[in-house]
Amino acid sequence: MYIAAFTWTEFAQQITAGVRQGAVFAGLALALVIIYRSTRAINFAQGEMATFTTFVCWSLMNHGLSFWAAFPIVLVIAFVGGVTIERTIIRPVENGPVITIVIVTLGLALLLNGLMSVIWGGGNRPFNGPFSTRTIDVGGVPISVQDIGIVAVSFVLVGLLALFFRFTKLGLGLRAAALNRDSSELVGVRVGWMLAFGWGLAAVLGAVAGMMVAPILFLDPNMMQTILLYAFAAAVLGGLDSPVGAVVGGLLLGVAITLLGRYVGFIGDTLKLPTALLLILLVLLVKPNGLFGRVAVRRV
Amino acid sequence: MRLKLALEVLGLLALAALIAVMPQLVSSFTAYEMATVGMYFIALLGLSILTGYSGQISLGHGAFMAIGGYTTAVLSVNGVYGHHIRDLWTIPIAGVVAGVAGLLVGIPALRLSGLYLALITFGIAVSFRQIPLKFDHFLGGTSGKVLSLLKTPFGLSATPNNWIYYLTWGIAFVLLVAAWLFVRGKPGRTLKAIRDSEIAAASSGISLARYKTLAFAMSAFYAGVAGSLYAIARGFMNPDVFPIVLSVYLVAALALGGVDSFLGLIVGASAIYVLVNRTADVTQWINHLPAVNLNPQRPGMPDVIFGAVLIVVLIILPTGVGGALRRLFGPLTSRLYSKS
Repeated sequence: MYIAAFTWTEFAQQITAGVRQGAVFAGLALALVIIYRSTRAINFAQGEMATFTTFVCWSLMNHGLSFWAAFPIVLVIAFVGGVTIERTIIRPVENGPVITIVIVTLGLALLLNGLMSVIWGGGNRPFNGPFSTRTIDVGGVPISVQDIGIVAVSFVLVGLLALFFRFTKLGLGLRAAALNRDSSELVGVRVGWMLAFGWGLAAVLGAVAGMMVAPILFLDPNMMQTILLYAFAAAVLGGLDSPVGAVVGGLLLGVAITLLGRYVGFIGDTLKLPTALLLILLVLLVKPNGLFGRVAVRRV
Repeated sequence: MRLKLALEVLGLLALAALIAVMPQLVSSFTAYEMATVGMYFIALLGLSILTGYSGQISLGHGAFMAIGGYTTAVLSVNGVYGHHIRDLWTIPIAGVVAGVAGLLVGIPALRLSGLYLALITFGIAVSFRQIPLKFDHFLGGTSGKVLSLLKTPFGLSATPNNWIYYLTWGIAFVLLVAAWLFVRGKPGRTLKAIRDSEIAAASSGISLARYKTLAFAMSAFYAGVAGSLYAIARGFMNPDVFPIVLSVYLVAALALGGVDSFLGLIVGASAIYVLVNRTADVTQWINHLPAVNLNPQRPGMPDVIFGAVLIVVLIILPTGVGGALRRLFGPLTSRLYSKS
């Protein structure tokens, strides 16, 4: 175990890299939280859904569209896809045991993963992102335009979502449906469609996370497998039912993992994933509701 | 009840006879394939005790299989103080090592409800492959460890393929009987009580902690034995021998076969075998259908089918194939039982 040579410039760079990673984790974690709040289950297909939509983006770009032309199309496709998934395969098991929903999402993950290899073939391929990897000087620290772009896009999206939930009638309905199903139904919220809408939003968030991370990781059907674990860790850290927690948890985790990987020789690059797992375990044992989660009171 | 017992014992005997004569009926290669199915069957047996009887879920049993596989690889290739251990004797050790690992996971699992346990065990499945990469001088890293070639020991006159077949299914049969005795006796009843209501079970004086960790350790032991056999049959061990998706396959196969139906698990085990080892063949077979032309180099189709079948089965038959059969024949057999 050793501490690598330390400079403040590099430390600042690591922090930015961490924030960039954290922004992606936050997006995917937020998607998980939205689904957890509405369906009370964790969507293990979230990663595959994100990768699938990223492949759609790749295809559109291959047909000559620019990234920013493909971007809105992909978001619409993701939304419709998410709603369709909820309506067709989650709906029938919605009231069943949580484990059944989890296994259905696992089945969905297998199906989407297989579909990607059938349509686009396995193996990884480069994905030309919208931002250049050129660096600019920010207060003496070179930061790549790509990092700034990824963070900006993620923050704008999260901000829009927060405004949507806070200030629109639809957002209110979504929150109501997640909070108390029966009461919402009684006051005329169409709970079923609200849940489907939640899945659509989650798919959109996943799609953005996928398109942001693909230029860095290269695109292949298993691209989001490890990111999904980090997103789980971020969501658990923030509290599974707290959207704010997911964003904060994502950023904290991104920075922490990057710094640990860089400055703790034993962890390095290889043990980042097990560290995230350990973090999930610690949070669950010490503070099971996460940093921002509501304390669950259970009637026995 | 005595009739039910007699039927079950008869079923086990029939299975034993079938296992014994099978290699006479099929080719040597098919015997090897069936041995592989037997390994998945053993792992599924363990998972069935965990999920079907104690109600806990594990999405990480592929990792416990890998622990078994690595134990066998390390003991027979590295050896202990220079003594290479014959692969046969590493099988129980692999089971115990995996079982201890399961115990370590099972203790924190006590505090976690179903969903969180799914998260943690999924995390184990995804991140376990980093361990052999980190400790590559000891566990072989990506290039892996080469075990000795599969051969028949003790001068027995079976071909290596038949040997691994008899070894696997012999162990599978013993473990099946052990699981059967376990779940039909007091421990099984206790676990079912915990599964159905933890509060009620605790109120009747059951130690939740002891039984839940016991179930976890036992199922990990089964997975470890399966992984050890798999490594012996392959003669090779690296992180890709047990891919991440194997853990998902195991849970999926369990759900397909029915969580508490031991025989339904053979169907599930066969499905995993096809998914892991015969994807290109399935694609070629599908291509015989009219108007289908898939590229066998893109082996995603079996996953698509498996995923779709899993979803449909869970929506239509939430208790899996085994449960559906039982419901179909349930009225008939329960009348038989009540007569005795």
